[in-house]
Amino acid sequence: MKNEWPLWEIFIRGQHGMSHRHVGSLHAPDAEMAIKNARDVYTRRNEGVSIWVVEANHISASSPSDKGPLYEPSESKVYRHPTFFDIPEEVGAM
Amino acid sequence: MATPVNKEDAFSQFLLRMGDNTLILGHRVSEWCGHAPVLEEDIALANTALDLIGQTQMWLGLAAEVQGEGKSADDLAFLRDAWDFRNVLLCEVPNGDFGRTLMRQFLFDAWHSIQLGRLMKSSDERVAAIAEKASKEVAYHLERSADTVVGLGDGTEESHRRMQEALDYLWPYVGEMFQSDEADAEMVKAGIAPDPASLREEYDVLVSRILGDATLIIPDSSFAHKGGRTGAMHTEHLGHLLTQMQWLQRAYPGAKW
Amino acid sequence: MYAQMIKSEATQDDPEKLAAFQARIDAGEKIEPKDWMPEGYRKTLIRQIGQHAHSEIVGQLPEGNWITRAPTLERKAILLAKVQDEAGHGLYLYCAAETLGVSRDEITEMLLDGRMKYSSIFNYPTLNWADIGAVGWLVDGAAIMNQVPLQRTSFGPYSRAMIRICKEESFHQRQGYDAIRKMAEGTPEQKKMAQDALNRLWYPSLMMFGPSDKDSVHSAQSMAWKIKMNTNDELRQKFVDQTVPQAEYLGLTIPDPDLKWNEERGHYDYTDPDWSEFFEVIKGNGPCNVDRLAARNKAWDDGAWVRDGLLAHAKKKATRQHAAE
Ligand SMILES: [Fe+2]
Ligand SMILES: [Fe+2]
Repeated sequence: MKNEWPLWEIFIRGQHGMSHRHVGSLHAPDAEMAIKNARDVYTRRNEGVSIWVVEANHISASSPSDKGPLYEPSESKVYRHPTFFDIPEEVGAM
Repeated sequence: MATPVNKEDAFSQFLLRMGDNTLILGHRVSEWCGHAPVLEEDIALANTALDLIGQTQMWLGLAAEVQGEGKSADDLAFLRDAWDFRNVLLCEVPNGDFGRTLMRQFLFDAWHSIQLGRLMKSSDERVAAIAEKASKEVAYHLERSADTVVGLGDGTEESHRRMQEALDYLWPYVGEMFQSDEADAEMVKAGIAPDPASLREEYDVLVSRILGDATLIIPDSSFAHKGGRTGAMHTEHLGHLLTQMQWLQRAYPGAKW
Repeated sequence: MYAQMIKSEATQDDPEKLAAFQARIDAGEKIEPKDWMPEGYRKTLIRQIGQHAHSEIVGQLPEGNWITRAPTLERKAILLAKVQDEAGHGLYLYCAAETLGVSRDEITEMLLDGRMKYSSIFNYPTLNWADIGAVGWLVDGAAIMNQVPLQRTSFGPYSRAMIRICKEESFHQRQGYDAIRKMAEGTPEQKKMAQDALNRLWYPSLMMFGPSDKDSVHSAQSMAWKIKMNTNDELRQKFVDQTVPQAEYLGLTIPDPDLKWNEERGHYDYTDPDWSEFFEVIKGNGPCNVDRLAARNKAWDDGAWVRDGLLAHAKKKATRQHAAE
């Protein structure tokens, strides 16, 4: 499909000073939108503080063998975390 | 229509205006869930709607507290009739196509971000605290809607045409955000909120810049529909929206959900 | 399940390579996109991951049906966040499928023109608010049964997508149970809604696991490849055993008069769903098949100008930047 948005690989560095880690991919028309999409897709549970995006076809693989507005919002969505819901013990793990 | 003059009524009016804007717009945006042009946009729109619903809980929660009648934010959202709503008309107009939805979002976000910036300096700490939290979310909404408006305005011939149509349709709803009445004057006096009219200059600079980048032409008319933020006259669309939104609460009064 | 009746492809590859490949899988190694793999493995996976992804996306519709009618602000936010998660799941899975050489647009079009399927469950309607609770509790509950073992599947990108998805699913099932519990413990009308939801969704939930093992012809190869981890009947039994006490806690009755604990087996005996209904739904004759596909097609068609417009702008911007350098 020639009009398809390019695929981007997304790398996110979390809160604890670890290196950027590959978290997945997504589609976007350009790098700026890829960063925004990554913010919306991959940090919904407050997972990251820094995002790198690389267009997938710019990655060579070996053969086998803005911090405030961007990240704080999801902190308030406690309902996304399963422990928000009280599940009676009698019904078992969920 | 009686305009409130005492400070308590004016404060409650102001809070309803803030909360009803986010409630009704959040509802409209949530209508897109599952139907957006591409998955990434579907997810992003849902985030915007979620932020707006969260802000609604804060504004209407405070409104209920200020009213002191033992009501909750849910009571205000689900048990008032159309004439009690104080959102600007811009928030209640139907989504239309994706372009109109994003144009509406941008025109609102631009106002919203300026308004929240001023409210962060409110003399009422509760208002300042809500504004502080909301302004971070809205800064991102604005970034995203502005980028999309620019992208679609400057995209293909078709996307340009649709965005210009969206702007033409929505522009007459912009002016209402800057109209002032006695309740606003009361808020200014108390140092709680700015005079709506005082936001216009900053708004025009911002909006002209983005719409210029989008290669779109702002209609040459200052005509403004009004009646939403005073409650005097909503559009026909609001009643249908409320019919859906409030149905369960109305059909089964007193039930807990 | 979200992927039902996946036909596994016969493989005509070099027997030596095949044996080496099987040995890697047996040793618990992950197969990565650039590794050699049998054509049948690749094709079966595309079909399975694709069907799984399509199910997440079509699955947004029955629950999305209630977002604008959610009864409280909090329920509205929870439901919206949940349905948004499902869009995310579809996205992760489409990306996993892309590593096998099929682009998002290609696979999407296969859904839209009916070449690919999605789970039968999403062809049933959500008719009252308790359905939203029941879907989270039963449908996400059934999906979890299948997805948890799939975290160990042999294909790396699929396994990683499943790990991400499973982290989010617990929220889905719990919010569903919490919502239906409020109904079951509520007014007589609410209780009626909850029972009605269970009555309608019980057998379709059992159907999610696919036909009985004796009728599933494609399982053996997929299980050897570790892209199917358990048999349909195993998972269905596990689901029934888990769900019956949860229904009892709610005071709701599972619509199966023959359901009873079998001391000897250590499992509940239950009535199989009506498989002729299942095959009709798969063929396109479920209550909502036509509407679901129409909704997806409309979103795709109406969105074409947006996708094209944003891409055109990105290209113009790149050209302008290039010219300025
Ligand atoms: Fe899911
Ligand atoms: Fe789910």
